[in-house]
Amino acid sequence: MNLYRKRRLINGLNLTLSMVAMAFGLFWLGWILWTLIDRGLSSISLDVFTKMTPAPGSNGGLLNAMAGSIAMTLAGVAIGTPVGVLAGTYLAEYGQKGWLAPATRFINDILLSAPSIVIGLFVYEVYVASTHHFSGWAGAFALALIVIPVVVRTTENMLKLVPNGLREAAAALGAPQWKVIVLVTLRASKAGIITGILLALSRISGETAPLLFTALNNSFWNANMNAPMANLPVVIFQFAMSPYDDWHKLAWAGALLITFGVLGLNILTRFVFRSKTTLH
Amino acid sequence: MTKLNTASREKFQAFLDLAFKLTTRFFAFAVLALLAGIIIELFIGAMPSIKAFGWKFFTSTDWDPVNVKFGSVIQVYGTLVTSLIALLIGIPVSFGVALYLTELSPKWLKRPLGIAIELLAGIPSIIYGMWGLFVFAPHLADHFQPWLIDHLGPIPGIGMLFQGAPMGIGMLTAGIILGIMIIPFIASVMRDVFEIVPPTLKESAYAVGCTTWEVVWNVVLPYTKIGVVGGIMLGLGRALGETMAVTFVIGNAQNFSYSLLDPGSSIASTLANEFNEAYGDVYTSALIELGLIMFVITFVVLALSKLLLFQLGKREGEKT
Amino acid sequence: MEALKTLKPKIEVRNLNFYYGKYHALRSINLTMPEKKVTAFIGPSGCGKSTLLRTMNCMYALYPNQKAVGEILIDEENILDGKRDLNSLRAKIGMVFQKPTPFPMSIYDNIAFGVKLHEKLGRGDMDDRVEWALKKAALWDEVKDKLKQSGNSLSGGQQQRLCIARGIAVKPEVLLLDEPASALDPISTARIEELITELKEDYTIVIVTHNMQQAARVSDFTAYLYLGELIEFGETTSIFTTPKQKATEDYITGRFG
Repeated sequence: MNLYRKRRLINGLNLTLSMVAMAFGLFWLGWILWTLIDRGLSSISLDVFTKMTPAPGSNGGLLNAMAGSIAMTLAGVAIGTPVGVLAGTYLAEYGQKGWLAPATRFINDILLSAPSIVIGLFVYEVYVASTHHFSGWAGAFALALIVIPVVVRTTENMLKLVPNGLREAAAALGAPQWKVIVLVTLRASKAGIITGILLALSRISGETAPLLFTALNNSFWNANMNAPMANLPVVIFQFAMSPYDDWHKLAWAGALLITFGVLGLNILTRFVFRSKTTLH
Repeated sequence: MTKLNTASREKFQAFLDLAFKLTTRFFAFAVLALLAGIIIELFIGAMPSIKAFGWKFFTSTDWDPVNVKFGSVIQVYGTLVTSLIALLIGIPVSFGVALYLTELSPKWLKRPLGIAIELLAGIPSIIYGMWGLFVFAPHLADHFQPWLIDHLGPIPGIGMLFQGAPMGIGMLTAGIILGIMIIPFIASVMRDVFEIVPPTLKESAYAVGCTTWEVVWNVVLPYTKIGVVGGIMLGLGRALGETMAVTFVIGNAQNFSYSLLDPGSSIASTLANEFNEAYGDVYTSALIELGLIMFVITFVVLALSKLLLFQLGKREGEKT
Repeated sequence: MEALKTLKPKIEVRNLNFYYGKYHALRSINLTMPEKKVTAFIGPSGCGKSTLLRTMNCMYALYPNQKAVGEILIDEENILDGKRDLNSLRAKIGMVFQKPTPFPMSIYDNIAFGVKLHEKLGRGDMDDRVEWALKKAALWDEVKDKLKQSGNSLSGGQQQRLCIARGIAVKPEVLLLDEPASALDPISTARIEELITELKEDYTIVIVTHNMQQAARVSDFTAYLYLGELIEFGETTSIFTTPKQKATEDYITGRFG
């Protein structure tokens, strides 16, 4: 019976280790979220939402950074979504033959995980360097390039879930293929595609690296997308790396807002849209 | 409707059909062009540096903006070492997480726990960096690093990895944080591939009297080997290119040291710190060349990951 | 077969062969379907009956590796030679599938969708057409108060009648039904069968079914297919009472299949 005891022991040990690994993962999540609440909550005040980023030692908030972030992420999503949806449509609806679809699918999956700082470098090279100034638009373009692969992937996946019978039924009525796609299949996968767009939105909301060389930063209120633009991630980066205590506090406030915003969006898309899509 | 009318309508619809197809095709092509564009642009940008240093760029530990002498060894070493530490932590933990979620977790806990682990991927990397710098690094400096220096430092060989003062920041810290960050990516691929193992295969192993662990180790893992390696590659690709978290905690020192406790720098952190302040063509160009090197490495790693996962998928497809 | 010769032919299949990639799915099929009659295709699954049906509106053209060789004449015009515009051809030929396929839009828009593809109707005319089609498909009374609701909100049987109404609304001449009742409960099936009998006043109907009683109930002519070949074709009454081929008899009497 010695052998059995040994096997049982190994089994028990390894399964316990697996549980420990699970707890290990949750531990970091808990620790990070707790840190944010602990340090961020005390730093949040009305000023954070109503005042501009301050000079060190003076009173201020994050209003311009939040506005800039919102403007650039929305512009990024607005530019990236149509490109992503159309490319994803090609992969799902026309991609059965030829070399283009498999090649694009492959490259798209690589771009999905490609380092975002390189995207920043690229936009710097082709846009900032030729216009000779940092700008909100450059930031938006960089974010759009991150949105595209996410939307391409979800659009293709969602379109592939549409039963072929629906396509055939529309074609059997004499609908040309573009109408089948636009009016029937894309429409049938609307909820899924919106989920993808929201996931892309939550992904770029926290992106810092691609904005460093594109939007840069701006201490003032700025509604001009052609000028350098403040944004939460870069402000958090600069404030956190500074030696000033009041800047640190603002950085924690921003970190709290951005993290819970992003995670909230993440959870919302999972729950709300999952239940809605399964109702169909 | 007259006959002529129908004919022209048919022609118009056929035209629209073609136009729509070509539009979507154009954008699918644009995704390809984007990748080509990135590589070409970086190559052009790196040209002055390539001309100035040639192959020496890969063997030199210089990083001297004042005398305009640059090499990539410090940054490449930092990038590889931090990613390696990340894998050492990320692989076993991700395996444990995936094992727990597929085999052990009670059904009602599966979804919330799965989402919790995936949320680790949702936290912006700048937050990892801040938390790492202000909270985690001081803990390491106070409790963990002195122990490493005392106990591992004197050992010949690996001892040289654990020299110096317990500062908290450095390559080890960056590696640990990267390890946490890649857990959700590797774990999610492992979960997916574990779930494709046919239940009958597992059941027949249980039927001959295997324990859960023996089923996982002798049946599930060999069956999904390719996919597991693909998932690890995906995590590695993420770790190699991660910027903000590393920039906060690696110390950003441009001098070469073997010790994991010393501040160093990675390619991404060097770019994040120095690109906007870089002066002169060659300095900027050397930074872009670093970016190109990183992009090429991650591209190869991610492509390998993709190919492995694709192979597993194909094998599955053939069976059904 | 005497009756068949006196009737006006609507669809003539001549020497038709069909391929899925390299797989030869239909072999030299010859068949004539008369106008305003119901023709049923029966046979064991995989015999090619659905494939044959799907060639008649060129459904296979959606898939790059499927190919049809031969002739299918509808009103004496060959539809396989590629000269005919598929979309206007399909306006002439309605199709209903095994599983209900309501589009992700309202009941009203489901019906209007097909009509708008081929005609420009004013608001009032469109309302009339939708009502007409729904009445024809015996669905009007059940849905007249909820035309704005999603087509997905209907029951399976109602969805299938919605799909029939959608097909009729385009005013086709031929209706292709691919096992239209196989996913439905017995009561809904009975309604669909009643409907088929009413619809043959105006349309030429071709139905694929794996249910022989159904074929016997609704059809005027029956074709028995086996392994991609047409084994026997004739009046339903004679096929079911005095089959000429041994294979047909075996299948019908349930000795095989």
